[in-house]
Amino acid sequence: MDGLFNGIFWAFVIGGAICIIGQLLIDLTKLTPARILVFFVVAGCILGGLGLYDRLVDFAGAGATVPLPGFGNLLARGVKKAVDERGLIGVITGGFTAMAGGVTVAVIFGYLAALVSSPGMKE
Amino acid sequence: MNVEQKQYDEMVKQVSPKSAVFMNSIKAFFVGGIICAIGQVLYNFFEARGFSQENTGILVASVLITVAILLTALGLYERIGKFAGAGSVVPITGFANAIAAPAIEHKKEGLVLGVGAKMFVIAGPVIVYGTVTSVIVGIIYYFVR
Repeated sequence: MDGLFNGIFWAFVIGGAICIIGQLLIDLTKLTPARILVFFVVAGCILGGLGLYDRLVDFAGAGATVPLPGFGNLLARGVKKAVDERGLIGVITGGFTAMAGGVTVAVIFGYLAALVSSPGMKE
Repeated sequence: MNVEQKQYDEMVKQVSPKSAVFMNSIKAFFVGGIICAIGQVLYNFFEARGFSQENTGILVASVLITVAILLTALGLYERIGKFAGAGSVVPITGFANAIAAPAIEHKKEGLVLGVGAKMFVIAGPVIVYGTVTSVIVGIIYYFVR
């Protein structure tokens, strides 16, 4: 039970810390949120490619996988696995395969949300 | 405006930029941290039910994305965002919000060029740069592994 609590605690701390980095980028550099999301995904993918991000995942669990760098890391992991299995073909299939689940869920429910709600509903 | 009021305004001006940045960071930390903590609870939940590590990751992301889009449709995610700043942008829920919010917003422009296209206003660049980076990582990995 202690282990579970520790896991949740460190997910909170590290996930929150990554968000502080994002907030400082917004406040101090005037980067738009879109650019920050791009920055985090690219950074996560590079750190993942170097094998560094998985160490943070081992330590922080969802604190590392839920923020956007975790999405980038997922792409790096996916492309490496695909290259291991299929060689150079894996280079062009790995990234998209890795993001397929998350993007599909977001597109399907985003589409449904747009069908059933209208801008007026948001106060 | 009397002199004291002016002095006070100037004091506020001097102090507030720094403390605003500090407070924004605290808010981002707590809200972002809570979203990640919820993610960890979901991990524990699915792992305990015998899902593989890979499938657990997909399930956790799917639940968080679904909930975030529901909150977006109800107009609640925007409210959280006003308080949390990056705390609601950086987690995967922010990515989901970035897909659903413009889709709803531009519904009037039609189902193809409104919903279909505007859905990717922010998610598009994320996917483009993520894909480009993953291909570069893949090529390098192919040669050095």
